[in-house]
Formats: sequence, structure tokens, C-alpha cells
Amino acid sequence: MTSFFDELQSWPEARVAAFIDAARREDVDAALAAETCGLREFAALLSERARDRLEDVAQKAQRLTRGHFGRTIGLYAPLYLSNVCGSDCVYCWFAAKSRANAARVTLDDAAIRDECEALAARGFDSVLLLTGEAPGAVPVERLANAVAIARQYFSSVSVEIYALDTEGYRRLCGAGLDGVTLYMETYDPATYERVHLAGKKRDYRYRLDAIERAGMAGARRLNAGALFGLYNWRLDAFWLGLHARYLQRRCWRSAVAVSFPRLRHAPEPFAVPCPVNDAGLVQLMLALRLFLPEAGLTLSTREPAALRDRLIPLGVTLMSAGSSTRPGGYATHGSEILEQFAIEDARPPEAVAAAIRRAGYDPVWKDFDRAFHREA
Amino acid sequence: MNDDPLVIAGRSFGSRLMIGTGKFPSAQALREAIAASGAEIVTVALRRVDLDKPGEEGILQAIDPAKQLLLPNTSGARDADEAVRLAKLARAAGIAPWVKLELTPEPRYLLPDPIETLRAAEILVREGFVVLPYIQADPILAKRLEEIGVAAVMPLGAPIGSNRGLRTRDMVRIIIEQAGVPVVVDAGLGAPSHAAEAMELGADAVLVNTALADAANPGAMAKAFAMATEAGRMAYRAGLAQTRDAAEASSPLTGFLNG
Repeated sequence: MTSFFDELQSWPEARVAAFIDAARREDVDAALAAETCGLREFAALLSERARDRLEDVAQKAQRLTRGHFGRTIGLYAPLYLSNVCGSDCVYCWFAAKSRANAARVTLDDAAIRDECEALAARGFDSVLLLTGEAPGAVPVERLANAVAIARQYFSSVSVEIYALDTEGYRRLCGAGLDGVTLYMETYDPATYERVHLAGKKRDYRYRLDAIERAGMAGARRLNAGALFGLYNWRLDAFWLGLHARYLQRRCWRSAVAVSFPRLRHAPEPFAVPCPVNDAGLVQLMLALRLFLPEAGLTLSTREPAALRDRLIPLGVTLMSAGSSTRPGGYATHGSEILEQFAIEDARPPEAVAAAIRRAGYDPVWKDFDRAFHREA
Repeated sequence: MNDDPLVIAGRSFGSRLMIGTGKFPSAQALREAIAASGAEIVTVALRRVDLDKPGEEGILQAIDPAKQLLLPNTSGARDADEAVRLAKLARAAGIAPWVKLELTPEPRYLLPDPIETLRAAEILVREGFVVLPYIQADPILAKRLEEIGVAAVMPLGAPIGSNRGLRTRDMVRIIIEQAGVPVVVDAGLGAPSHAAEAMELGADAVLVNTALADAANPGAMAKAFAMATEAGRMAYRAGLAQTRDAAEASSPLTGFLNG
């Protein structure tokens, strides 16, 4: 039984760090000139050596993205089904021991429909359903039910939920799911253990293998990612690149995308261990683009509007817009309900679409079809 | 009067350049490209179209039904069942039953699945569709598809979006030689010279998308492709001289017979 874990074992921190530190200017030149970018070139793009070449890297990233994706940016909305959470992740406001006073809720069917209607009315055709680590509050059958409801409103339904086994993913795919987003948060095992204090999420291996299970169960879109800021960004970006490449080979029928959410604020007393500045974020994003020319790059609303607009022409392919990170946040509930994190880009969807057009790109609302599922 | 029309499924077209509509930065850029190209067949990815609201502003609005045939494509479909469902939904929504079969299960290179393409073509031809399958430049597959009644075959020049030109030249030449249906070279044509090359080889038409959408001036690039397509076709009809490796006397083998 293969697993990305085997490949990851062959890239321990010391080896990755040495690889990146050994990068020379010529390796950056090679990355810019080469048709395909191997690991040596990827490491060079993540190294200090590439810092003063960002403009050249950005130009290539833009060309590569346009060639495969065109000048289009997909739009989607996150829909939180629940903020109940059994994990205790020190960086997250959903943490079980969170000091936030706001309430925890799980949406019932009627509320899910209300949220879907509100989002569909704003033009969305692609939705991402989220939960906390809450198999008790939102077991697989309820998730499948939510997917089936969402499919009545949207052509594309993805989930970002607690890790499931293969049968769980199969069940959701059978209900009409097409995508799974799952972030490893950090690939460094020691940090992973330090920041995840309770629940099934503590199981590093189970989480690491989950997105591959989703692909083998039939999920046609796989979105991997790391929460940058938890650990050295160069190392996490390298491991994330390896993971995405592995998924492309193993789950060859699935479209692989990567996300790079940045941890900028965290609930006290936790302080962001390895803050990433804007230049670091741009560099890791561009490196991922050159290493994975056909992978989607997903941009969340953790970043402020001005920066998001700057990132649009650098290789982004999918953006959330007008987001709420509280369950029921579009039609049902207000600030009395706990949100996962504060939205930095609070612009409504049409304003984000306008920004995309100003950047010379076409905002795409619909890029999937109900015919791609048997129940159509 | 066009004395050399492109004829597909009994319908005549004046232009041998087809346009794909994905990837454009705006509806305006797409409209300009279509107009400048003179294309009479325009493909649209059905997954981009909301068939419940076809009147909404989008790709479909860039197409003038009086001048262009809308050729829906099934891009995104991973197997025959998905492609067939999509084609039937389009027909039910009132779109004319022409379909470009684009069955690409692998999302990086978007290469067509020959087995699912053949399966889908069989079903859709039986259901009365005019089927134009996008295929690898596989001469046997092309003949198999022709046997089951497709209206044309569309072999790729190079992977979608790669702009590499006619990398499959040798196989495309064989397909053209053996074909009893029109051959449309589709995918990978990145420059007008690539389109001219395909037409000089004897292709009946070419389809271009990325090279236009990605151009700084899609309208101007579309016109350049149109001119190249026409030039290549004219050269083919005029009878291109065979290339030779070295200068030769005019009758090197049989000149001795002339005393």
C-alpha cells in the first residue's frame, strides 16, 4: 500500500534544508530557463538565491498559468455547516478549549438551504462545505446529506472537513461531491504534535494520507495546503510541493490544487511561530507555480484585499469572495456565532469580480456541470 | 462564391478556422477574436454554460447564430457516460445536436481517452448527434471512429495549451491520407505558421484557442491565424513542390531516354 508518507520519510528536514541552502544562482537561472522544473530547481526557487529574481519568476509564473488556465479566475464561496470542534488546535478560534464566548451551532437542513440560496443568489456555482473536527456533530451521513442539498444549488460541491476513511469519501462522492480540500497545516511532525492537542486530528499519518484516500475514492479535485506561519515556510512549501506532485501521479484522474493560507493572527496566548511576510508568501506561491505548472492555486480571504488583487496575475486560479467563516453567516446567524477566523477581504463577490476584471482576467462562476455526476 | 467550402455533415462553411472560446480574459476580447477570425464554427465548453440560464451574459453571447455554428464540447468529462449526459442536456436545452467530444480524464495534459471517446461516439452517433471527436493523432482510432459514423476527426497537434505546433505531424499526415471524413487539427497550434503547416499538409480545418486567448491582442492574432489558414489551404490546392535535399537535374533518372 503506497503512501506519501514513504516519500516524505526520504525528505527529512535536514535533507530539505541542505538542499535549499545548497541552491546557487545558476539553479535559479535553470529554473527560469527549463521547460520543466525538477526538485533542484524548486528548492532554488524557495531559497534566498531567488529573492532578488522574483520579477523574472513572476513573469514565468504568469505565462505558465495563462497557458494552462487562460486568463480566468474561478470564484467559490465557503459555507460552514458547523463550528463544533473536538480538536484543540492552538492556532484556531474553533479550538475545543477556545476562550471565545460566541456560540457553537450546527446547521439543520433548512438553514443549509437558506445559506445555499443566499450564495446562489450572489452568483456562486461552486461551494466549499466546511466543518470543524466534529464527527459527532456532523457524521458522514449528515455530510452526505449536506452535499446532496448543496448539489441542488451548485454545479460544484467540495468539502473541507475532518479527515475521513476511504469509505467515507466514497459515500460523499456518491452523494455528488467533486472536491476535497484538506490542509496538512504543517508537515513538520514535531510542530504538528505541538499545535494539535486533542482529537483524531492528532494522528499525523491519518491526516497525511486522507487526501490521497479521497482521490482514490473518486474525488476529482484535490486541494492540498499548509498553514504558513506554523513552521519554516521554505520547508513546508517544499513538502507541500512534493505532496501535490505525489497526488498528481497517484490520483491521476484528479485535478490537484494547492493553497497557501497564511497564519497572521492567532488566539491568545498562541503567537505565530514563524511569521511569513508578503515577500515570502509571494516567493513560495511562485515557486509552487513553476514546480507544478498545471496545479490550481487557491487564494482564501485570509489575505487583505489589496494583496489579493496583486496576487491575481501571479498564478492564482481560484478565489473565495464575500466569505463568512461562521455557520449561517450568509442568511441565518450573526456575530453571536463563533467564526473560524476574521475575514481580511470583506468585499462582496461582485467587487472581487470587478477587481479580477481590472487585473485583465475573466471571473468564472461556473466551471463544472451536474452532468459530471451520475445523479444528473 | 466560395469554390472550396469546408463540408461537415452536409453543411458548408466558408472558413476553415475554428475558434475555441475558453481562456479569454473577457467577453469583449472573445467577440473581437471571433469577428476578426471569420470563423463559422465556434466551440464552447458546456461546463462553462448554465443551460438553465442561457440568456445570461457569458460565452454564448459572443456567438452570433446567424454567422457561427455553436459547437458545444464536453471538456471536463472523464468518461463516456458524463460526455453523453452533457451532450443530451445541451440538446434538451435547445442547442443544435452537434458535439465536439472532449474526453480528458487526466487534468494536467488534457489528453483524450481513446476508449471512452469511442464509446461516447458510438452512443451519440446512434442518438442522432453530429459527432466530432478530439483524439490523439492515432490513425487507427481515426478509422474506427469514421466507421461508426463520426462527422469529422480532430487529431491534436500537441497537448492543449502547449502552443508547440504540429508535433504529431507524421501521424496527422497518415490520418489525412486515409480519412474519408474531414480532418480538423485541434490543440497545440500556437502560431499562425502552425496553422498554415497543418493546412499545407492537407488538413481540412484547424481549431485554435489558447494562442488567441493568450495573445496581447486576440483580435489581431485571430486575423493572422485566419490568413495563415487560408494561405496554407491555397498552397495545398496549388500543389506544393516536394522538398529535395540537394539540387537535381530535372530528369535525373530517365533523362538518358531523351537522347
